[in-house]
Amino acid sequence: MVLRIDRDHNRFKDIVKGRIKQDFRKYLTREELIGRQGEHLISIPIPQIDIPHFRHGLNQGGGVGQGSGNEGDPADGDQGQGAGNAGDQPGEHLLEVEVTLEELAEILGEELELPNIQPRGTRNLPDTKERYTGIRATGPESLRHFKRTFRRALKRQISSGTYDARNPVIIPVKEDKLYRSWKPAEQTRANAAVFYMMDVSGSMGDEQKEIVRIESFWIDTWLRHQYRDVEFRYVVHDAAAREVDRDTFFHLRESGGTKISSAYALLTKILDDEYPAEDWNIYAFHFSDGDNWGSGDTEVCLKLLEERILPAINLFCYGQVESPYGSGQFLKDLASHFKESENLVLSDIPNKEKIYDSIKEFLGKGR
Amino acid sequence: MNLPADLRCEADRIAEVARSYGLDFFDTFFEVVSYDELNEVASYGGFPVRYPHWRFGMEYEKLSKGYAYGLSKIYELVINNNPCYAYLMDTNSMVDQKLVMAHVYGHADFFKNSVFFAGTNRKMVDQMANHGTRIRRYIERHGLDRVESFLDAVLSIENLIDPQAAFQERHPAAAEERDAEEPIPEVRKMPSKEYMDSFVNPQDFLDEQRRKLIEEQERRRRFPERPERDVLWFLMEYGPLERWQRDVLGMIREEACYFLPQAQTKIMNEGWASYWHSRIMTERVLAPDELIDYADHCSAVFSMRPGSFNPYKIGLELWRDIERRWNRGQFGKEWEECDSYEEKVHWDRKTGLGQKKIFEVRRLYNDVTFIDTFLTADFCNENQLFVYRYNERTRRNEITDREFDKIKAQLLFSLTNMGQPIIRVEDGNCQNRGELLLLHDHQGADLDTGYARGTLQNIQKIWGRPVSVQTILSGKPKLLAHDGQLFKEQDL
Repeated sequence: MVLRIDRDHNRFKDIVKGRIKQDFRKYLTREELIGRQGEHLISIPIPQIDIPHFRHGLNQGGGVGQGSGNEGDPADGDQGQGAGNAGDQPGEHLLEVEVTLEELAEILGEELELPNIQPRGTRNLPDTKERYTGIRATGPESLRHFKRTFRRALKRQISSGTYDARNPVIIPVKEDKLYRSWKPAEQTRANAAVFYMMDVSGSMGDEQKEIVRIESFWIDTWLRHQYRDVEFRYVVHDAAAREVDRDTFFHLRESGGTKISSAYALLTKILDDEYPAEDWNIYAFHFSDGDNWGSGDTEVCLKLLEERILPAINLFCYGQVESPYGSGQFLKDLASHFKESENLVLSDIPNKEKIYDSIKEFLGKGR
Repeated sequence: MNLPADLRCEADRIAEVARSYGLDFFDTFFEVVSYDELNEVASYGGFPVRYPHWRFGMEYEKLSKGYAYGLSKIYELVINNNPCYAYLMDTNSMVDQKLVMAHVYGHADFFKNSVFFAGTNRKMVDQMANHGTRIRRYIERHGLDRVESFLDAVLSIENLIDPQAAFQERHPAAAEERDAEEPIPEVRKMPSKEYMDSFVNPQDFLDEQRRKLIEEQERRRRFPERPERDVLWFLMEYGPLERWQRDVLGMIREEACYFLPQAQTKIMNEGWASYWHSRIMTERVLAPDELIDYADHCSAVFSMRPGSFNPYKIGLELWRDIERRWNRGQFGKEWEECDSYEEKVHWDRKTGLGQKKIFEVRRLYNDVTFIDTFLTADFCNENQLFVYRYNERTRRNEITDREFDKIKAQLLFSLTNMGQPIIRVEDGNCQNRGELLLLHDHQGADLDTGYARGTLQNIQKIWGRPVSVQTILSGKPKLLAHDGQLFKEQDL
């Protein structure tokens, strides 16, 4: 049964979404959101929405309670419902609202003005399919929904008292008739693969990893929204590179030097083996503090990027987080080498506040 | 009505029992609903058909989450209307349904007989539906955003009505009366001979009288003449509004006036219904095998968590106390003046006036007068009442007093104006610039400035010109003002 309240309830949810949008920048840099993610829903704490009234301030005037205890003892429990401040004390509470990841991605897209991604390659054209999922009151006879129509007619006859169980003849009139209706369902056949690479050398601290975690959360949200299926692969490297699972990726702590080329070489190998460029939309994100070991290795990196990686993928993003030990030289090297590259994005992320801009840089190309 | 036969049978039986006790109520219809339907109706304040607004959706969200997590459950819901409507939840057991019915008849009797409900519209279900239709029409005509944001603004001041509004007839000063030429004030002299005149009509007396007359005239020039408690009415009458806006204001005010007596008689009304459900159930209706369940549910309703104030429990106990005292003649001069504890404990004049008294009280009292008249020191002792106050240092509420006078004063304070600040319109043409000046009658509790800010902004939306409220914050007189763009806080 459709409840009358649904309309007001939906309106309330819309207002809540508006509120999230308003404070989006704040939510964007909050790590705790990540822990609140379920399969399809994410629960977001927002300040209580309320209609302001003239009212007494909290803890003004006291109240009357009931129970044992001496003067100076805490007046336990609630602050006297009914008397005193009447128990309706909004403002201090947080409202937990549940938003689907899909909606969250839409908000992200709108707020950051992200363009929709144009999948590459002829194989990946989105195709539209009509799916008959709905019901409506008008339509061609050929689409009449027999079961629904007769059920409605039966209901009408029973309620109007014209139904006779001994002679169960049901005659639908015009008002009873229901028709199937269709919705164009957009299906992108395009698949995407996302590679996260991270420098886990000794110079990368917890704060740097937090930035990576938050960025990757939003990137995931956006790409999942844009593609039907997304595969995620994770690569960590210090002086050598290896592939790990998601959990390890975010929590691994290594020490040692940095050879970025090791990660790029591994990426190249995985791409060659498993992801032919013409079938996949491939994204690679690399986070490091930019302190590569020697200019010789940087040379190798640039070569790998230019010749093997960039031609094969949609987008390569390099995000440089600032650490007290990193020189940040790698970003400059990349910038000077690839002055005008279509699918290489460089972003400097000195602190959490810059995550907003960085995500915009990464995803703003619409590739 | 869709009441199953067994429930209808019980409803009729309980109604008969209730009538035999002297309860007197409008026809009462019960409807069986599922939990989400009940949540829906409760979100709309009891009325299934109301104007659309998101705050009902918010209420629904809270109620349905509370129910889903097992934190709260609505037991009874009854509407003051003729006929009365009440809801029963379909998953409740029979003993619960009976308890709710008995409780509902108590409320229904109170609605019909309390003088404070005498002015309420007994066809409110229809009226609410009319309001809904009208507001929906305005939404169609003027767009959801406009109507909704106006509603948001108006709902912000729905508590600023005059508690006596229901008993007053309002007519704005007739135009000709307002525009009539004012005579220059002339002090009337006592007739006297000329040589006696300076004694019969001394000059300083004449000056004094003239000053008073001029003051009187000044006052009449003020707008409004006297500080106006009914801010909603004032805005409706004098605000620069379009017709539909005036109509919306009127509807919200009407609904606020309708709900007002329920807030004014919370303790009495719940106590009264509880008193009667417990008598009806335990004396006549309860089956032996239902006793345990009944006791279990009652203990939940009347539980006193340490430190909290339960209006059901306090109300119930007060009613019982009144009945007992009037049955034993524990009232009047002789009783008040008796100093002997021993004598008081065994005081029983066999007056037997208890029943008569409680029916009289339910007709004539509201929470404030109820507490003022019938709360006794013994009662406070027995029920372990105390006063608490917030301690800034320890950041918690602490018990400060168990003295009867303090408890009574605190209770009365929190019941006065339903615990809401008292706000009046002081000047509708402040500084001769059409600005609106409100006055907060500070009685010991400061305004919440965050909320005051939002509220002022909303009033500004209705009034169109800057709006300010004069109040006291932490002992200092302050003026909070909003001109539509900026919020200001000034010392006075």
